[in-house]
Amino acid sequence: MTNTMGLILSGWKKPELKELSYIRSVSAIPFGGKYRAIDFILSNMVNSGIKNVGVLTQYSFRSLMDHLGSGKEWDLDRRYDGLFVFPPSLSEDEKGWYRGSADAMYNNLSFLKRSNEEYVIISHGNSIFKMQFDEMLNYHISVNADITMAYRRMFDYSPDELSRLGILEVDENNRIIDLQEKPLHPQSDLGSIGVYMIRRKLLISLLEECIAHGEYDLVKDILIKKLDKLGVYGYEFKGYWRNISSVQTYYKCSMDMLNPEIREELFFKNGKIYTKVKDEAPAKYNAEANVRNCIVADGCFIEGTVENSVLFRGVTIAKGAVVKNSIVMQGAVIEEGAVIEYTILDKNVIMTKGKYLKGESDYPFVVGKNSVV
Amino acid sequence: MFKKEIIALLLAGGQGSRLGVLTKKAAKPAVLFGGKYRIIDFSLSNCVNSGIDTVGVLTQYQPLKLNNHIGIGKPWDMDRMDGGVTILSPFMKESSGEWYKGTANAISQNIDYVDKMAPKYVIILSGDHIYKMDYSEMLAFHIKNNAEATISVIDVPYDEASRYGIMNTDQNGRIFEFEEKPKNPKSTLASMGVYIFTWEVLREYLLRDEQLESSDHDFGKDVIPTMLAEDRSLWAYKFVGYWKDVGTIQAFWESNMDLVSRVPEFNLYDQQWKTYTPNPVKPPHYVASSGSITTSIVAEGCMIYGQVRNSVLFPGVYVGRNTVIDNSIIMSNAHINENCRLDHCIIGENAVFGNNVIVGKGDNIPNEHKPAIYNSGITVVGEGAEVPEGAVIGKNVMVDLHARREDFCSIEVPSGSSIYNGGVCE
Repeated sequence: MTNTMGLILSGWKKPELKELSYIRSVSAIPFGGKYRAIDFILSNMVNSGIKNVGVLTQYSFRSLMDHLGSGKEWDLDRRYDGLFVFPPSLSEDEKGWYRGSADAMYNNLSFLKRSNEEYVIISHGNSIFKMQFDEMLNYHISVNADITMAYRRMFDYSPDELSRLGILEVDENNRIIDLQEKPLHPQSDLGSIGVYMIRRKLLISLLEECIAHGEYDLVKDILIKKLDKLGVYGYEFKGYWRNISSVQTYYKCSMDMLNPEIREELFFKNGKIYTKVKDEAPAKYNAEANVRNCIVADGCFIEGTVENSVLFRGVTIAKGAVVKNSIVMQGAVIEEGAVIEYTILDKNVIMTKGKYLKGESDYPFVVGKNSVV
Repeated sequence: MFKKEIIALLLAGGQGSRLGVLTKKAAKPAVLFGGKYRIIDFSLSNCVNSGIDTVGVLTQYQPLKLNNHIGIGKPWDMDRMDGGVTILSPFMKESSGEWYKGTANAISQNIDYVDKMAPKYVIILSGDHIYKMDYSEMLAFHIKNNAEATISVIDVPYDEASRYGIMNTDQNGRIFEFEEKPKNPKSTLASMGVYIFTWEVLREYLLRDEQLESSDHDFGKDVIPTMLAEDRSLWAYKFVGYWKDVGTIQAFWESNMDLVSRVPEFNLYDQQWKTYTPNPVKPPHYVASSGSITTSIVAEGCMIYGQVRNSVLFPGVYVGRNTVIDNSIIMSNAHINENCRLDHCIIGENAVFGNNVIVGKGDNIPNEHKPAIYNSGITVVGEGAEVPEGAVIGKNVMVDLHARREDFCSIEVPSGSSIYNGGVCE
């Protein structure tokens, strides 16, 4: 896929993620014990042979920039091409904040113009999935599409979850005949997974046209409006896919990582998931440790009881502490006798001795970064 | 212009023959240790943490894994424009080529490398010890004493002293005598094989040593004694802390096991003194509902469906349902199927165990072919070996690298026997 470049839209404000995204872009949300959400789409691109990737950021991008660095971890620290990060810039003719996804791309049109690849893959940065784009490109070429959108049958989604997605309808040739962004009453269970394939030159002209009309959004102002004029086709993706858009989806998706089949699909088949390296020693379990159905990252230190949970790097669980159905991020400490259930502890949270916190499975309790409980 | 004050030369060519099958295809510094590291990582990380950014690694015996591991030195931040890590292997010269004949000869053959870096001092390290040491403090000691050579020493118990090179010093630490493995040691200060030399001085001694027909070209046997005889300024720098030579199967097993104790003497979790190594790209490890882990260290990518106690697991190990692993070291990507019982064993990378295998049963009978290597009750299974379903393996058994199921003449493998790759059944 050397003829394709990647563009990652790293996300707009998501108030539904509460404390988890106050301090960071949604794409930078820590996920799965050692990753950040953006690792999945970046690794998918790299595993598909893409060598030129632009990341468009908007809010709180410090942690994202810190995570991506030079792109070394994804083998994107290249002499030519590689990784480019585009935060909003305040220069004379530009207006600062990106007003929408199309505006963000338009503001970095020079990146698109000076690249040489024939095609562009555009994707969100906050979806958890493993996808190879080669097949999608072949499909895109074979049906002679102008734009190809990847979609998935969201059989495992509740109506409420469906209404947070772009819902589409296709005709018998898989051409998209209707597309509704976050409809109140979804008409089908075909949800867009936010992955689009388009010819680079066509994208440039569509963006120029869109901005000239005073419009800023890729989905609402380009895709939906051009359904009749352009050949917009759907490409069915059959694997696991979850979008992190609220505390509930974050929690649910994290717990999916305890499922061996999903883990196999995401982490072991068709390439690896790369992330920023931290040099931690292997996890250490002492004699009192009682750990069941958990994923545990390097650098953890466990003397307590942990069940059905995700432990990130460098978490300490002291003697007599109990962690159930929870997500504990990097560097958090659960002191002696403290108990958490259905709780998400952000980085470096300290649960002091004997404290107790409990959320509900459909409403997990979130404790913000660096808090001391 | 900025000049390098000190560079390190790391001798990593040793075979470590007493580690048996673990060093059959890898030099001792490349042997896996501590759940994700290789032995050389400790010396290399000491260099990084001591501010040394130029290291020549001298390889000789089975260098493939070592070369692969070190690469361009990225994990240690040694991918530098100026200096960084350089692999120095023996090479052909104009008229002939030769192997490194001794520790001193290995350095002599690389005088050009050191001259090019032009440091004031060199530190000579061996890549086969487990320890954390701040070489910058040793260098400060060297400079303070106006020394020409400083040898790092550690206090060892009196009865063990005769196994080491012993330094006899005056009360200030100046060395007046060196005895290699003395029968009746006069002191208990053992050389750790860590030397700092003022390069100008060492260079001269190396060139002279090369001319001597009778020399073994060894630091301990030749260079140091010559310098002492000529009354050069040699000092002993006392090191206090954890220092282990993991030269035997038993010592290797013990120092791995040291890491799982409640407060390990050797702390891998020190954020101020990290140990660096290439990180495997693997997800965090998974402990299933049927699994349990106690008193162990477990690396990423493992999948634990059985019970793990008192053990060290490297990345990507699979432990099947109802399997119980005790007091063992399981190296990267080994696959232990269901219902196995493993006790006191070292399992090499990518080894595959069928169901219902038992290891470590029976009496402690030393190995029939190599009693000097396998005698402490630990069974060692080589890299990539396949162990057939239902095998019952005793103590001090050696299973060769890449042994196949067919190589097991019987599934009963009594204590002290050996299974060879392509072996012939009687």
